[in-house]
Amino acid sequence: MNVIPLPASLDERTFDQVVRAVDAAEGARVLFDATHVRWVDPYGMVGLLCSGSVAKRNGELPLLKLPDNPDVVSYLTRMHFFPHAEAIFELSGTPQRKSGHEAGSDVLLEVTAINSHQDVHSVVDLVNERGIAILTKQLLYPLREAFQFSVILSEVCQNIIEHAEAPGWVATQTYTWTRKLGGKRVVVIAVMDLGIGFRKSLASTHATRYPEGGWTDAAALESAFMHGQTRHHDPGRGQGLQQIRKLVARWGGRVSVRSGTARIADIPAWDEHGRTLETGLPHLPGAQIGIILPARDTEA
Amino acid sequence: MSSGSTMTYGPQQSFVPVSIDLHSLVRRSVASLYSHLVTRPTGRALRLGIESQIVELGDRCLSVLDFRQVVILDYSCADEAVAKLVLRYLQDDRPADAYFLARGVSDHHLDPIEAVLARYHLALVAEVDELGFTLLGEVEPLERYAWLALQEFGVASVNDIAARLHADTAAASAALSSLARRRTVIRKAESPLYCALPALLQASA
Repeated sequence: MNVIPLPASLDERTFDQVVRAVDAAEGARVLFDATHVRWVDPYGMVGLLCSGSVAKRNGELPLLKLPDNPDVVSYLTRMHFFPHAEAIFELSGTPQRKSGHEAGSDVLLEVTAINSHQDVHSVVDLVNERGIAILTKQLLYPLREAFQFSVILSEVCQNIIEHAEAPGWVATQTYTWTRKLGGKRVVVIAVMDLGIGFRKSLASTHATRYPEGGWTDAAALESAFMHGQTRHHDPGRGQGLQQIRKLVARWGGRVSVRSGTARIADIPAWDEHGRTLETGLPHLPGAQIGIILPARDTEA
Repeated sequence: MSSGSTMTYGPQQSFVPVSIDLHSLVRRSVASLYSHLVTRPTGRALRLGIESQIVELGDRCLSVLDFRQVVILDYSCADEAVAKLVLRYLQDDRPADAYFLARGVSDHHLDPIEAVLARYHLALVAEVDELGFTLLGEVEPLERYAWLALQEFGVASVNDIAARLHADTAAASAALSSLARRRTVIRKAESPLYCALPALLQASA
């Protein structure tokens, strides 16, 4: 049994260390030990589902030891993490069972599986119904931009269906961020899949332009993220990521895409340690998108 | 869909203005549960629905794409339902002589519509909240001025537009011809006159 002690903060910053540990397990049964987890955001939560899925693919059903902090378990319950986790992990400890689907005032979207375009419609309906008030009142977004938030979600979720050829998950949540941005509220969006990833998705149309060995995860991410290239010959394709980048930049946010062994990101000024391109990361199939949007300074 | 009275516009040039409520069309053509214009398959189904309505009307029509009830419009859906629709009717083998005008366009629709039009170098006449009728998409400055001048006249000749813009006739003519090729104005058959799409719409109201 390979024990992976999960970091106290489970988010994008610590995600690679979990992936590295799963990679190192080399097919042995894995215990994800969340005992000391004190903080988890949508990226950490959906990332844990991805890491667990990879461990399950590689070997035996992984175990997940639940956090000892009841607040964290309660939060995971509110985010509907456990119904998804139960399909991936053998759970050690008892998740809370709640009747109904009360999400809480700060939950924009619980962990939701994306398998089809129908799921994208459901996500947009739900966020539009529930999220507009959160975005306009808590984050002071003008109504127009609150609508555009739904567009971002729609496009990132479609990215899974169009390019991954595999199911994925999405989750989004608002927080008061004490770590950066002077305690501002932020929205965090995580969209992940374990599909074919950008390198394979674009290989048939773009790999031949590169010298032998040059078509890497980083090259594929640059093609898609920076230049809007896709495997389709249709000029209307590939706009989703470009438009997301434009909107996120306009709102002073951060967007990153991890695929295979690389991560590419648009880094705002407030993320002083952020890196535009990271390579040589531990391998994880598919694509993992993280978006952080800060609250507006003043009501528009 | 609702169609107004046929407007005769010169010999053998009658236009049927047709208003297409995109919100209700998506509920009819795609799924009764869908209330937002999102995803590529939804846009594709919407485009096919619009095309079949145009075919029903016959050869020539001014199709009004009504966005008033549309809350969310994403880029993928706009690409299929707006850009590819306009593109189809620019081609020589277009299924009908249809022109398009977007109505009820709000601030939050503008980004997706403008982005998809730019992708194919298209232009579209639209009635935008607080702006009135405007030309969306990519057009040369002189074409935009010519379009605005024609919009003021309603119907005008090349000479009228050239005089208004203090431009030479050849340049004004080229700008109007380009706008007509892009189906953002109508050139009257066998006549030097051009007509603005909103004028055609108002005349039929």
